[in-house]
Amino acid sequence: MRLERDVFYIILASLLLMVAIPWTAGLLSEEIFFEWPFFFEVAIGGLLSGVMYSLVALGFVLIFKASGVFNFAQGAMVLFAALTLVGLNEMGLPMWLAIIATLIVMLVLAMAIERVVLRSLVNQEHIILFMATIGIAYFLDGFGQTIWGSEVKNLDLGFSQAPDFYFGGLILINDFDLIAAVIAGILVIVLALFFQYTRIGRALRAVADDHQAALSVGIPLKHIWVIVWAVAGIVALVAGIMWGSKLGVQFSLALIALKALPVLILGGFTSIPGAIIGGLLIGAGEKLAEVFIAPMIGGGIEDWFAYMLALAFLVFRPQGLFGEKIIERV
Amino acid sequence: MFYREAGEFKASYKADQAILPIRQDRWFIWAILAVAFLVIPAVSSDYWLGTIMLPFLILALAAIGLNVLTGYAGQLSLGTGGFMATGAFAAYKLATMFPGMHILLVLLFSGTITAGVGILFGIPSLRIKGFYLAVATLASQFFLIWMFNKFGWFTNYSSSGVISAPPMTAIGDVLVTGAHATVTAKYLFALSIVTLLALITKNLVRSNIGREWMAVRDMDIAAEIIGIKMLPTKLKAFAYSSFLCGIAGALWAFVHTGSVEPLAFDVNRSFQILFMIIIGGLGSIMGAFLGSAFIVLLPIFLSNAPHWFGLDIPVDLISHIEAMVFGALIIFFLIVEPHGLARLWQITKEKLRLWPFPY
Repeated sequence: MRLERDVFYIILASLLLMVAIPWTAGLLSEEIFFEWPFFFEVAIGGLLSGVMYSLVALGFVLIFKASGVFNFAQGAMVLFAALTLVGLNEMGLPMWLAIIATLIVMLVLAMAIERVVLRSLVNQEHIILFMATIGIAYFLDGFGQTIWGSEVKNLDLGFSQAPDFYFGGLILINDFDLIAAVIAGILVIVLALFFQYTRIGRALRAVADDHQAALSVGIPLKHIWVIVWAVAGIVALVAGIMWGSKLGVQFSLALIALKALPVLILGGFTSIPGAIIGGLLIGAGEKLAEVFIAPMIGGGIEDWFAYMLALAFLVFRPQGLFGEKIIERV
Repeated sequence: MFYREAGEFKASYKADQAILPIRQDRWFIWAILAVAFLVIPAVSSDYWLGTIMLPFLILALAAIGLNVLTGYAGQLSLGTGGFMATGAFAAYKLATMFPGMHILLVLLFSGTITAGVGILFGIPSLRIKGFYLAVATLASQFFLIWMFNKFGWFTNYSSSGVISAPPMTAIGDVLVTGAHATVTAKYLFALSIVTLLALITKNLVRSNIGREWMAVRDMDIAAEIIGIKMLPTKLKAFAYSSFLCGIAGALWAFVHTGSVEPLAFDVNRSFQILFMIIIGGLGSIMGAFLGSAFIVLLPIFLSNAPHWFGLDIPVDLISHIEAMVFGALIIFFLIVEPHGLARLWQITKEKLRLWPFPY
């Protein structure tokens, strides 16, 4: 991953601002409590929750890269995967078997989506495909809850949710967030290796580069789409397990897609590292703003702050930090 | 046989450039207007007028607004709900600050204020395009709703955060808002405003401005090369679109529900309006009405359908099945006719032109 110079400067400037703004806010306002250990505690908590956003954003990126479809149903897929997993587990399957069964369900789902929706809408405009994925999102939300019910379910993986002290007792970090970050990290590395070194990964990159060229060298586009949606389904399952054990498996899981969108545009629609770095920036920025800026303007800003942050980045880099440069010709 | 332009000779440019150059089309529109203004208020019950016709009309207006931005100017937006909320709260502040102000002026000014907000949030569109812009417009959606929830000034410090429309008269002493207004008066008032604005919009998109919008939509670089300035063209689209959405929001709050909280204009409202223009047809005024009718009627139909078949299903299950069927129908419609109901309408007219001798 080679960083372009202006990307490097933008990230550097935003890191400086993230430190400088809370610091000045702490000096100026008496309501805001500022101390360095506390600052790092907030920042690290933000970075770790940012990783959770990245997990969802990753699914978007995979599908957009390979098929140019802006898959709004990713959030619904997260909910559906989590619901299926918990539902199968409650029916008496042991957890490992339930996970395998859910993987198969996600694979079947990917095949069904390719067969019914994508194949019928080949060559349509992007906005039509986008709408179709919103239709898929509605369908999956309804379908999952029709089968498995809509009450809040617990998904207990045996991780402790209690915070622990690190760095010599100065900083309080939630163990669960650390585990989630490690899992997300492993997932990203596995995906990167898969894309870089396997035959299928090479085919996926070829399709992402140019559909027609890939077709003409004999890469079967339809299979590729099934694979990509299945991989996105697996990512959705991982995200569903992590978010589900954090918040409980319920309808609000589908709404975390709205949290992942700013991550997505900040990092760029087409970049896997972008999804991770975008998630880290958004997560840290959001938490810091909530703690150090929000008290001055009335609080509750996490709904929109991430979007405004992403918007500010986009003004400098319209394709996101790591997105492919948009070259337009007449 | 009945529907063809053969034999209709235009003797002037004016006749040639009329909105509806074919006589039968004019008759058809006049007939629809007559039915809408005279027959529907006379025959339908308060329930039909209040819960189906009013939301249909007002959401159709919002859909026309979004269609100007997305269908004509090509700027995908998910901020419609935020702009409707802006219109509603602007109208509320105006109506309570200046109690003597006529409702038409209130609507006009609230639309203008919303246009200003729209311009503000439209500025990033100069650099950001496509889906990046769509996600960026969500910023306006979330920010505006948060703002109306958070600052008491917008609701005149009401503890519940709900605004209620004061009673206002349109012509003479006919009430159109508040608890004592009759549904028929509300309906006719909304209908007149929506008809007027639809007519203005139809003319606008046929004009110089509309052609500039369409050039930008089809390819913005080419449009720039032939001398269309991006800044004013895109901002005009944002301004006019938000103007219509603002008026629709004000009508929703004042005429339809009477009292409203910011959550009525959340992101689901934006998606609902977007569905309308996609199902109805992008870049078509007629499509906005058709799409609105479809999206307003479908949930009502879906929630009543099990009763007709005598099925007894628990309420929460019905709502899930509803979402499922809704999603499936959206996909079905997109597959069958990606260009929307307006395109079906056009095909029907083409067929009718040749009927009964197709060759």
